[in-house]
Amino acid sequence: MNNRRSTFLVSAMAFGFAFLYIPILSLIVFSFNESKLVTVWAGFSTKWYGALLQNEQILGAAWLSVRIAFMNATVAVCLGTLAGFVLARMGRFRGRLLLTGMTTAPLVMPEVITGLSLLLLFVALESMIGWPQGRGVTTITIAHITFSMAYVAVIIQSRLSSVDESVEEAAQDLGARPAKVFFIITLPIISPALVSGWLLAFTMSLDDLVIASFVSGPGSSTLPMVVFSKVRLGVSPEINALATIIVLLVASGIVAAGLVMNQAEKRRQRDVQMAVAANE
Amino acid sequence: MADVKRAIENVEPWNDPQAQPYVRIENVTKMFGEFTAVDSVSLEIYKAEVFCLLGGSGCGKSTLLRVLAGFETPTSGRVLIDGVDMAGIAPYERPTNMMFQSYALFPHMTVENNVAFGLRQEGIAAAEISKRVGDMLDLVKLGPFAKRKPHQLSGGQRQRVALARSLIKQPKLMLLDEPLGALDKKLREETQFELINIQEELGVTFIVVTHDQEEAMTLSSRIGVMNAGEIVQTGTPNDIYEYPNSRFVADFIGSVNVFEGRIVEDQPDHVRIESQEAGCPLYIDHGVGVTSGSRVWVAVRPEKIEITRDKPAQQDNCAAAVVDEIAYMGNQSIYHVLLESGKKLRITRPNQSRTSSDSITWEDQVFVAWHPSSGVVLTA
Amino acid sequence: MSREGFVAMGERMMHGADPLARMLWRFPPYRWCVAVARRLGLTGRTAVIAIPYLWLLLFFLVPFAFVLKIALAEALIARPPYSSLIEWSEDTYLTIKLNIGNFLFLIEDDLYWKAYLNSGKIALISTLGCLLLGYPMAYAMARANPAWRNVLLMLVILPFWTSFLLRVYAWIGILKNNGLINNVLMGLGIIDQPIVMMQTDFAVYVGIVYTYLPFMILPLYANLERLDVTLLEAAADLGCRPTKVFFTITLPLSIPGIVAGCMLVFIPAVGEFVIPALLGGPDTLMIGRVLWDEFFANRDWPVASAVAIAVLLLLVVPIMLFQHFQSAEAEAGV
Repeated sequence: MNNRRSTFLVSAMAFGFAFLYIPILSLIVFSFNESKLVTVWAGFSTKWYGALLQNEQILGAAWLSVRIAFMNATVAVCLGTLAGFVLARMGRFRGRLLLTGMTTAPLVMPEVITGLSLLLLFVALESMIGWPQGRGVTTITIAHITFSMAYVAVIIQSRLSSVDESVEEAAQDLGARPAKVFFIITLPIISPALVSGWLLAFTMSLDDLVIASFVSGPGSSTLPMVVFSKVRLGVSPEINALATIIVLLVASGIVAAGLVMNQAEKRRQRDVQMAVAANE
Repeated sequence: MADVKRAIENVEPWNDPQAQPYVRIENVTKMFGEFTAVDSVSLEIYKAEVFCLLGGSGCGKSTLLRVLAGFETPTSGRVLIDGVDMAGIAPYERPTNMMFQSYALFPHMTVENNVAFGLRQEGIAAAEISKRVGDMLDLVKLGPFAKRKPHQLSGGQRQRVALARSLIKQPKLMLLDEPLGALDKKLREETQFELINIQEELGVTFIVVTHDQEEAMTLSSRIGVMNAGEIVQTGTPNDIYEYPNSRFVADFIGSVNVFEGRIVEDQPDHVRIESQEAGCPLYIDHGVGVTSGSRVWVAVRPEKIEITRDKPAQQDNCAAAVVDEIAYMGNQSIYHVLLESGKKLRITRPNQSRTSSDSITWEDQVFVAWHPSSGVVLTA
Repeated sequence: MSREGFVAMGERMMHGADPLARMLWRFPPYRWCVAVARRLGLTGRTAVIAIPYLWLLLFFLVPFAFVLKIALAEALIARPPYSSLIEWSEDTYLTIKLNIGNFLFLIEDDLYWKAYLNSGKIALISTLGCLLLGYPMAYAMARANPAWRNVLLMLVILPFWTSFLLRVYAWIGILKNNGLINNVLMGLGIIDQPIVMMQTDFAVYVGIVYTYLPFMILPLYANLERLDVTLLEAAADLGCRPTKVFFTITLPLSIPGIVAGCMLVFIPAVGEFVIPALLGGPDTLMIGRVLWDEFFANRDWPVASAVAIAVLLLLVVPIMLFQHFQSAEAEAGV
């Protein structure tokens, strides 16, 4: 019985992971295909990588996207941390329910709606106060900050709720003002969550097509917008090459981060065991 | 354990009309919405005392401690420390320091930096800080562990870091929330003595919150027993144990046998009480000062009741009983006996010799008796 | 070590700030400003709450008011392409023109009805697909050897960090007529005509299940991992067979995880645009795509806004449900 169940579970897991990874692997494999017909293998070649590096349009869009993602992640971490802190530590205040709503709704709001509503806001603001002038990098960044800060807020809030609040109270009790406590106690303790929040905000911005399409203006096409317009016309080996580069960058980053965290955790557990053993 | 004597106990400032209290809690009430956590509590605590707030969970003792530390604002009433009203003074400006139940050590700082934290906030010169931190770590015997992080310490060591971190600020008032709660039994007993030694050496005033009556008895100069947000009795450990003022206190501190009865004679030096439950006249050698016929309760501690095979000479405080159960505890045995009224009594006897000759056993017909000074009359 | 350094740096900076604050305090205008701010109830606490609050208010909530406003306007060939609701006619009279024509148009034209219903259907079926595939995976991960759990978790999260657009694009290469699946099947001689999968609803289902699977697995895993194994042992000890243990203990206790996962998949899937646009056929009507086309192709902003309002109304209940579960989890300190 038990055996049959574990066979079922293992095969479900194997199927699931195959489902998740075969598309990515096929992207990588066919990026080295000689033929322009992406799915028919015609020999190994790296020429599409060369073509990609020649493609000014893609490179320009990628650089723009990275700039926006960087700005977005930095601001979103600041605002999102504040929001998460307020929700986790400030207790009751007027309008708390609304703030909770505004930080969780963006997580599930369909992108077309967020994009459209922000565009209409920007247009209305421009006609009322003359800002923002036209649409472009600024409007895309603001739009991205709005939805990524919600993700950061959720991460920070859940991290803070697992941190013993009395640690912060102890710091106040020992004479540190609330602002100081926040900077020298709270922030260092939740620093891993800050890092993952930043990375999440960065990738989400780098990945967004729909919202950026609504709020971008002429001359500010982000990487996903360029990719989308190419992909709509059919498969293109250059895009495979681009995908491979992105996948490898992200994968190596995540694996490295995972290893570092794993090491730290192992060291920590060893320390704890030694402390317990020394006591006995 | 109980012979941890402090100089302070002999002085007993609370009995001295000239003495000025160091901490004054005046009618403090704390409500959370509709719920009253602390209900008009008034206390006076003297310098260098160890005052224990004792009570079950949810009795408001921790809330009262947090009011003193400044984390909760009282709904009404006020707190004065060394004559200064604490209203509107933030936790980081108060002359109090708290030791948290969870210890609340900063996980990202070494032991040394944890202890130095409070001094750094005062802007003291680095050289002096490191000297004082070194002295304090020596006092709590943590010198060799200065460079470790909290997760590299055992529970007992963490407890001492937390203590050192609060003490180094030389607070006027030190607040300890279940200071020994997270330690195992053996370590707890050792640490109790250490805590008292350090307290005596530094002469700091302690307010300790605990739910453990044994801990409260050993540590404190005085105990305040709390129930449902109110202080029900304040007194020395001896007062609280021997002269509880209510059935709640008598039952909460140690175990007790309670007989319900009616006053038949009330003199300044004794009372007589008629009790159906006891099945014999009760005589207690202190007066109560209530009208004859009113309902009262007599509390007798299990270790103060004699259990014999032969009928004792006395008429009062003596009844026939049948042994129902015996529990052998090693150092003592607990007897449960049934009186004729059906009332069950709990009696403890020390096991002075290895085998008892007159060993009383199950179903034996016995007599129980106690001295007129052993009972306490309770009116509530 | 580095964190310790970070703390030391922070502390030094804050110490620099203390004397600065004391100096500022000696400067009367500063003191007056602080006093005025305090009088108005503007403490540091209020400021901390206000900053993220105002941002979200301005850029998340207020925009919906503009969507509603424009949904009630008339389309114009102009910049911006809609009429104004409020006008000063003959300089003296204020007239408010509300146009509910856009909503009537949505009701009359069955294109929108079909898109509406079809979006709900596709999102529902895909959510079920995610649940059926994700639950066993999450369960297996939660029961796996602890050393493996983090690796498996990382494997689930990894695709989520790589470009969503490119992962959807990968399916074109797999599903099209001369794509991976058809090539393999024809190579093995199982079929001799390619199966048409691209530009069908099937491709859309696959795409949605594929992209949203991690969103289903993560909350389920978090829930199942917390499940106290002794409960299962107790049930077995009391004579319950493993299958029955699953249906009477595990499944009921994992309902919060199931609800969270389903909401995280269903709500965004309803408004999904990229997947039907890339994998679906011209007749795969989804409301997100209709909105996109009204906006970008027809440049009819008022109708696009009306569609957005209609979608929001459809999603209000699931979003509230999600919020409710989310805050219940947050209260539980998870």
